[in-house]
Order: sequence, then C-alpha cells, then structure tokens
Amino acid sequence: MMEISYLDTLWVLIASSMVFMMHLGFASIEAGFTRSKNTVSIIMKNLSTVFVGSLMFFLIGFSLAFSGDGAFVGTLDLVAIRGIGAGVWDGLTIPGIVFFLFQMMFAATAATIVSGAVAERIKFSAYLLISAVLIAFIYPVVAHWVWGGGWLADRGFVDFAGSTVVHSVGGWAALATAFVLGPRIGKYDSNGKPQAIAGHNIGLATVGLFILWFGWFGFNAGSELAVDDAVGIIATNTFLAAIMGGLATMFVTWKKSGKPDAGMTMNGVLAGLVAITAPCAVVSPHWSLVIGAVGGVIVVVAVDLVELVLKIDDPVGAISVHGVNGLWGTLAVGLFASGEGLFTSGKIGLLGIQALGAGVTFISVVVLCFLLATAVKATIGIRVPEAIEVRGLDTTEFGADAYPDFIRD
Amino acid sequence: MKKIEAIIRPEKFNDVKIALEDMGIIGMTVIEVKGRGIQGGVERQWRGRPYKVDLLPKVTLFIVVNDDVVQGVVDTIVANAQTGEIGDGKIFISPVEEVVRVRTGERGTSAF
Repeated sequence: MMEISYLDTLWVLIASSMVFMMHLGFASIEAGFTRSKNTVSIIMKNLSTVFVGSLMFFLIGFSLAFSGDGAFVGTLDLVAIRGIGAGVWDGLTIPGIVFFLFQMMFAATAATIVSGAVAERIKFSAYLLISAVLIAFIYPVVAHWVWGGGWLADRGFVDFAGSTVVHSVGGWAALATAFVLGPRIGKYDSNGKPQAIAGHNIGLATVGLFILWFGWFGFNAGSELAVDDAVGIIATNTFLAAIMGGLATMFVTWKKSGKPDAGMTMNGVLAGLVAITAPCAVVSPHWSLVIGAVGGVIVVVAVDLVELVLKIDDPVGAISVHGVNGLWGTLAVGLFASGEGLFTSGKIGLLGIQALGAGVTFISVVVLCFLLATAVKATIGIRVPEAIEVRGLDTTEFGADAYPDFIRD
Repeated sequence: MKKIEAIIRPEKFNDVKIALEDMGIIGMTVIEVKGRGIQGGVERQWRGRPYKVDLLPKVTLFIVVNDDVVQGVVDTIVANAQTGEIGDGKIFISPVEEVVRVRTGERGTSAF
C-alpha cells in the first residue's frame, strides 16, 4: 500500500470538478445545435443524466467496474461504495473516495453523450430509463474490462482516459438508441434524402464547446490520478489534438461545400479530443497532431456515413464524434504508441489487441443497447407522439417555453 | 397626405433614417418583418448540408407626409437603401384620408 499524497488528491479533486463542468458543455452545445422548441427538453435530459447516472454509478456501477478480478465483470462487494472512504485506494496515492468521485464523473459523461443523438423526439421517461440501465450495467462492464482488471486489461489493451470506455460506449449506445428511435419528422424527404435541420444558437454551442475543451484537461490529465512527469505531456497532447481536429474539419468542409462550416468545425475539435483520449499518455506531441487531424477528417466522413448510408438521424453528431472517433483513438494507440505502435516500432501486436477491444466493445454495446431500446419501445414507449414532436417537446412534455414571448404580470 | 411604406434591408435602415432626419423627416414607425420577393429566398448551410430560407428579415418603415415632399422622401430612401443586388426591397405609396393626434385630438396637417 502506498501512502496518500495530498498533492495528488488535490489534483484529482480539481480534475473531478473539471469533468463535472463538461455537463454544462454538453448541455450548451446540444441546446445550441437543436431547435428552440426543444431547448427545455435537451437541458432536462442533460441535467437528469447527472442525477440518474451518478446515483446508479454510486449504487452499483462502481462496484461492477472496480471490485474483484473477474475477467468480464466485477463483484457486488462495493455496492453503494461499501467500505470506501479516506483510506488509500490500492495501487494509487489518493483516497478511495476520491477515486470513486472521479470515476463517477466519468460515468455520467458517457450517458450524456446519448442525449444529443436522441434529441427532439425521445420520450423523457424512456430516456431516463435507458440512462439508468446504461450507467448501472453496460458502462461498468466495459470499464471493468479495461480499467478494473478485466480481460482487456490482462491482454495489455491501452485506453488511457476512455476513448473506448467512455466515448465509444456513449457513441455506440447513441447509435443503437437513435436507430430504434428513428429519424425526426422532416429529417428525410420522400426520396430519403437527408435535410438540414438548423440548430437555433451557434453562440450557445460555442460556449459549450469551449467548456468541454477546458474540461478535457481534467478528463485526460486527471486520469493520470497523480501529479507526476506525465501530466504535462498528457495535457499538451490533449490540446494539440483538439486544434488539429478543428483545423482539419474547417478545411474539409470549406473544400466540400465551399464555405467553412462552424457547427462541423466544433465537432472537429471534439473529434480530436475524443481521439486523443486513449493515446494521450503513450504518444508524442507530434503524433498527437496527426491523431487530431485524422479525427477531424473522420468526423466529416462519419457524419455522411451515419446520415446517408445508415439513415440514422443524429442531430448533434454524437455517434461520429464519440463513437467513431473513440474507435479511431483506440486504434491510434496501436499505430503511434511510443515503442509499441506499428508506425513507431514496426510491431503489430498492440494494434491487434486495440482492434479486438474496440471491436468487442462495439458489438457488445450496440447489441445490448439495441435490446434495451427495443424493450423500452415495447413497454413504456420510446418516442413522443407526432403532434408533440411537431409542436416541440418544451411546451408539451415540460409545459415551458425556453424563450417566452409574452409574460403576464 | 400620403403614406410611404418602405421595405428595405435591415443593414441599410440606419443610413436611411439619418438621411431622412437630415431632410427634416423625424417621425416614423418601424417594424422588423420577414418576407420574400419573386426569387423566393436564399440558401444557407447547416453542418455541411444546404437548406432554403424562403423568408428573409427586412425592415418596414411607415412615414406619412404631405404630397409635396413624397418624391423627395422616396428618392432619399432609394438612394440610401440601394445596393443594386436582388433583395433591396419595395416602396408602396398610398393616399391617407385623415391623421389624428391622440394627445390633443387635432386633425389634419397640424397633427403631424
């Protein structure tokens, strides 16, 4: 057992707070990217995810992820964080309760990724149920595989801060749920051609983007769970990938449609951030630039793939940003990791393990979330009635206007 | 008396207002409106996909003046609101039967 370092503890507490702020980032960017008639709805989804996701992780998720040494799932030994307190967490220099707090913030971000993809048409009660199951059972299982001593950890799979565990899980859950849900009314015309449904506030989305970007320093550098030689390079790699993601998307959209696209460029920054999340501790700053830039190109291609080929309506691009770039970041470890990557050492072993882990995660999460969403659809119903969707979810499901025109004294 | 109803570009409104003020036309009523002409709107893009905006924001100003200054007011509006591009707007002129000042009940020219 190592001793507690109060410097490390302080840093993880600060990083936890930064990851927590990412919920404001998600709420703002998703509200900005959707229509004003669904603003209260998207905000209530993001808000309730923090409540429900955190509570589920406290009650059962943490235990399933981080107790025992089973290959596929943890035990129930730490249910409701039984026995977790000020004592040091095994293998670290921070108290168990601080480790739990940081992990709880992570878990809730995975669930909130789904809210953007299902925006403007999912029934609120169905969303709550799906979030609860995702964070109680699905996310913890993958977290156990990678971070809790499970079968992927045993094979040397590297996902430093969660390209697969957090982002791909959230993105693939979004893919399966949005598929079951179906597209918004008006997203596809009678010939099946996708239509642009413009968001209502690019400024609000920008606030969200920069808050997420800020929070990512806590997400990645905080995942070191200590203040040491590595945190500086992790934070730097995180930032470098983000700028290259944004830059690449800006030029790709400029070339593709004649004008640089602001909304997609924001997705490009996030794509770079998601992609660097797995490799940020094992690659050089130079490779981080490449990983981010490739992420920025991938996100544009992935949005087209999701909309044109899969015909899945994802209003904010969550599947492309988190799912697809989480996959790319996970594979990038196998390509560029110092001393182990294909391009840096000529070895292919790590790339194979990365592909295996990402592939199994994709299949598991898509299948489980498809079954979950289908079960919800068959029982309480997953989608609001057509009349409510057309009028907007704010005045119907929530009895409120985000931007009231007339106020009576 | 005539009512001049000018639908112009929002970004040109300030120039028009200042030019009218310089010729002594102070009173006006202004409404932010949306509308379209025969070209039927413009194209915008959202996350890389084009979409049609068929009603564009314009400003409509209403001014009621004596017959003798109508031509001067119209010329001033045209001179200051014109870009030469599609979407510069329209001006409608119509006769006004009566004007009443609400505060005093005065009627006709003295109610201006």
